[in-house]
Amino acid sequence: MTTQPTLAIEATGLVKCFGDTRAVDGVDLAVSRGSVYGALGPNGAGKTTTIRMLATLIRPDAGSARVLGHDIVSEADAVRGKVSLTGQLASVDEDLTGRENLILIGRLLGLRRAAAKERANELLEAFGLIEAAGRLVKNFSGGMRRRLDLAASIVVTPELMFLDEPTTGLDPRSRNQVWDIIRVLVAEGTTILLCTQYLEEADQLCDGIAVIDHGKVIAEGTPGQLKASVGSGALHVRLLDPEQRSEAARVLEAVLGPITLEPDSAALTAPCTDADRAAEAVAELTRADVRIADFSVGQPSLDEVFLALTGHAAEDEETDATETIEEEQAA
Amino acid sequence: MSTDPTTETTQATAAPGADQAAVRKAIASTERPPRASALSASLTFGWRGMLKVKHVPEQLLDVTITPVMFVLMFTYIFGGAIAGSTGEYLDYILPGILVMSVLFTTVYSGVALNTDLTKGVVDRFRSLPIWRPAPMLGSLLGDSVRYVLAGTVIIVLGVILGFRPEAGVGGAVAALALVVVFAFGLSWVFTTIGLLMRSPNAVMNAGFMGIFPLTFLSNVFVDPSTLPAGLEAFVDANPISILATASRGLMEGNAAAGDIAIVLGVAAALTAVFAPLTTRLYRKA
Repeated sequence: MTTQPTLAIEATGLVKCFGDTRAVDGVDLAVSRGSVYGALGPNGAGKTTTIRMLATLIRPDAGSARVLGHDIVSEADAVRGKVSLTGQLASVDEDLTGRENLILIGRLLGLRRAAAKERANELLEAFGLIEAAGRLVKNFSGGMRRRLDLAASIVVTPELMFLDEPTTGLDPRSRNQVWDIIRVLVAEGTTILLCTQYLEEADQLCDGIAVIDHGKVIAEGTPGQLKASVGSGALHVRLLDPEQRSEAARVLEAVLGPITLEPDSAALTAPCTDADRAAEAVAELTRADVRIADFSVGQPSLDEVFLALTGHAAEDEETDATETIEEEQAA
Repeated sequence: MSTDPTTETTQATAAPGADQAAVRKAIASTERPPRASALSASLTFGWRGMLKVKHVPEQLLDVTITPVMFVLMFTYIFGGAIAGSTGEYLDYILPGILVMSVLFTTVYSGVALNTDLTKGVVDRFRSLPIWRPAPMLGSLLGDSVRYVLAGTVIIVLGVILGFRPEAGVGGAVAALALVVVFAFGLSWVFTTIGLLMRSPNAVMNAGFMGIFPLTFLSNVFVDPSTLPAGLEAFVDANPISILATASRGLMEGNAAAGDIAIVLGVAAALTAVFAPLTTRLYRKA
């Protein structure tokens, strides 16, 4: 296949097995230069394994991929010269200080001593870490560690960044700070492949999303397309009197479409594409003398996206643990 | 992506974290420098090892306290029984303990590598465009500094206790250098083990299970002529015996060139086999 300069990542049929588990089971990806592409999926879906293959850390068992025009197996070194990786565990050395970490990466990338020091200080300043620069990273907060991690990834500006769950485990404020940094990187033209288990994160940052489950891409599109395919949201209503639920169901179905009865005998949910229609539906309920305890309009959660796309809910942590253990065993 | 409303919320939440204008400038300003040379990358990893010692100086206790204990225990407890007097035994045992304590330290190279693998930073190292053996070679170069330190502690303590190498400072330095070169070769075996085992503890156990009997089945502590014939043959062929003999010789000024050549040859052979193996395993870890 010839190199298409517009594509930063071009993967066909990537497969990686750990023991009997097909962690990645035929993933195709096409990510254009200058875009932010999200790989969205629950823990254990195969996102991390995919990123590790594309970043040349592990070899695929089948399939092939070109990153920035270079084959990830036969030209792995050329790929490494153009990308940077921010791993799921923060990819910084906990036993060194923040400044030492950045100097270390700078020196390894070929900067001279003075240039590496200067670059480290510039980045520490820019990422709000200059005051903590002399502290050991193991004493950093989660947010600071992630910022240092991102800084380490741009010691030399990469053409493509792999970000593996950059905000998992962060509090909302730190998460926003990391998002802000990512937005700046994108505005400056860096191509990013972002793994996340949060729909909101993909929605906030990505131009395109691949939903991954059980090692396969099960849906692909812009955040808008994806949400539209699931229904963009839902109106949740709880009634004061459970007796009135069938009446409420009739009214909501007429305005919004097929409703779902919830386990709570006073609650029901209707699909809802825009907030105006929700207001209309609530007004109709009042007009029909159905008394409402409370109501809310929600965006679809990752769970709902998954339920809609796969017919099963996003799986829990356990699967992820299995994946990690199997990777270790394979190693 | 960067529509106006987004930019506004962005600025509102940015306050104490990153400075966006500075981040923008930082990412725009770099040109990719030429790749780091193999030597420079390795030395940088050596520097990393030194920094760790600087931040956690406690880890030097292993390489200083333990050898001191060995010298004192063996000299004063076994000295009289084995060699007739503590003074005579010290002359025999000191080069031996030098060998033993430096070789024991090599196990920690494997333990440290295994510990490293459990951390995310290895992923970053492996995604960098650097000479592949650099992380291992660099940390072993850093470890060599620890070997020198452990060896120096032993020799200085020996001198305090009355040990006087006939070949003087030059002989002692030559003996230490030979031991460190051999240790460098041997530590590749432990980095390989470090990459094959599941936990740092397992590496430690496997390492000492190997090095401990090998050291005792050598002439480090006793003259092998007192041993049963079969055992004596094994002890004489043990490279650790040859290393201990060569070190004694260098300190006394009568080392056999053949012994030194064997020691260097074994170190080279271990490096030739296990360094590529370690590099291969590290790439796949």
